[in-house]
Amino acid sequence: MLKLRSEIGFDCEMKFTTTLIEGFKAAWPICMGYFPIGLAFGVLAQKAGLRPIEIALMSVFVFAGSAQFIAVSMLSSGAAVMAIAMTTFIVNLRHFLMSSSLAVYLQRADRKFLSLFAYGVTDESFAVNMAKFREREWDKGRALVVNHVANAAWVISTVAGGYGGEFIPAGSFGIDYALSAMFLALLVFQLRGRIYYITGILAGALAVVLSLLIPGNSYVVLASVLAATAGFCLRRHVQRKKGIHVN
Amino acid sequence: MSTDRYLFTVLSMGLVTYIPRWFPLFFLARRRLPQWLIEWLDLIPVAILSALIFADLFTTQSPGRLDLFQIKSLVALPTFLFALKTRSLGGTVIVGMSLYWLADKFL
Repeated sequence: MLKLRSEIGFDCEMKFTTTLIEGFKAAWPICMGYFPIGLAFGVLAQKAGLRPIEIALMSVFVFAGSAQFIAVSMLSSGAAVMAIAMTTFIVNLRHFLMSSSLAVYLQRADRKFLSLFAYGVTDESFAVNMAKFREREWDKGRALVVNHVANAAWVISTVAGGYGGEFIPAGSFGIDYALSAMFLALLVFQLRGRIYYITGILAGALAVVLSLLIPGNSYVVLASVLAATAGFCLRRHVQRKKGIHVN
Repeated sequence: MSTDRYLFTVLSMGLVTYIPRWFPLFFLARRRLPQWLIEWLDLIPVAILSALIFADLFTTQSPGRLDLFQIKSLVALPTFLFALKTRSLGGTVIVGMSLYWLADKFL
């Protein structure tokens, strides 16, 4: 009995270790990309008069790159709290769509887990986790590790920047391109048929046009919703034409 | 700025960021979603990724202007083809960074 129990314990520990390792492996490109952006944010925040502890607080509570950049520039121009919160809300509204997509893969998670998981939903963790869930080699534990490893990288790099990250020259080794390259690869993983290409090109073209027309970054939500809806209608239309019954 | 006011600012930012992340997970994840919604959500990742990438590659910020041929968009093509060919995330990141570094140096 005792032996059995220790074996089960060992088994659990092994599983836990594998989850950690797999999560770390999936998260490293995110960390790589966060590092230069986090440093840049820290430097900027420090110049705006924030202490490292204050930078840490923002990175922990908010954990959203572009919103934090905007907030710091608003803070230094003396904007009202209400205005900063409203702007943050609008900038981060796109996560609503991402969480909705992730929900499809988290059907059996309990609400405590979901509430914890929600904290770490960012553009980057969303893209990595969706690609992994698609390959069906992923589970909620690993996805949660990705969220929190990315979060740790963000907090550490922003605080490091706050301590004076200027000594690291900008643009070293093309690291500024890490996130762009990662997003390109993750986009490729999503292209699993003609309808995905069409939806992607449409979303991209709409995003370029809308980003030039409307201020802020609500173009992401608008372009995504419009393109996904058009892609959805097109797919249904083709199915109907071919006489495939869809409920 | 006072510490209290800063704390209040950061907490309110955190709250309005957390709610859109939390709401769909909390309310959608534990119920059976209709087929049309699943199919629609299936197209959301490719749409969001394309929207983020295209805007990043083909425009400049402040002032927002169309700029189709900048270093990051030129490097994107070989990086994209590499990803298409190898389907390797880590490899694509390394290749993209190296190309960008070289292009920045020599172009």
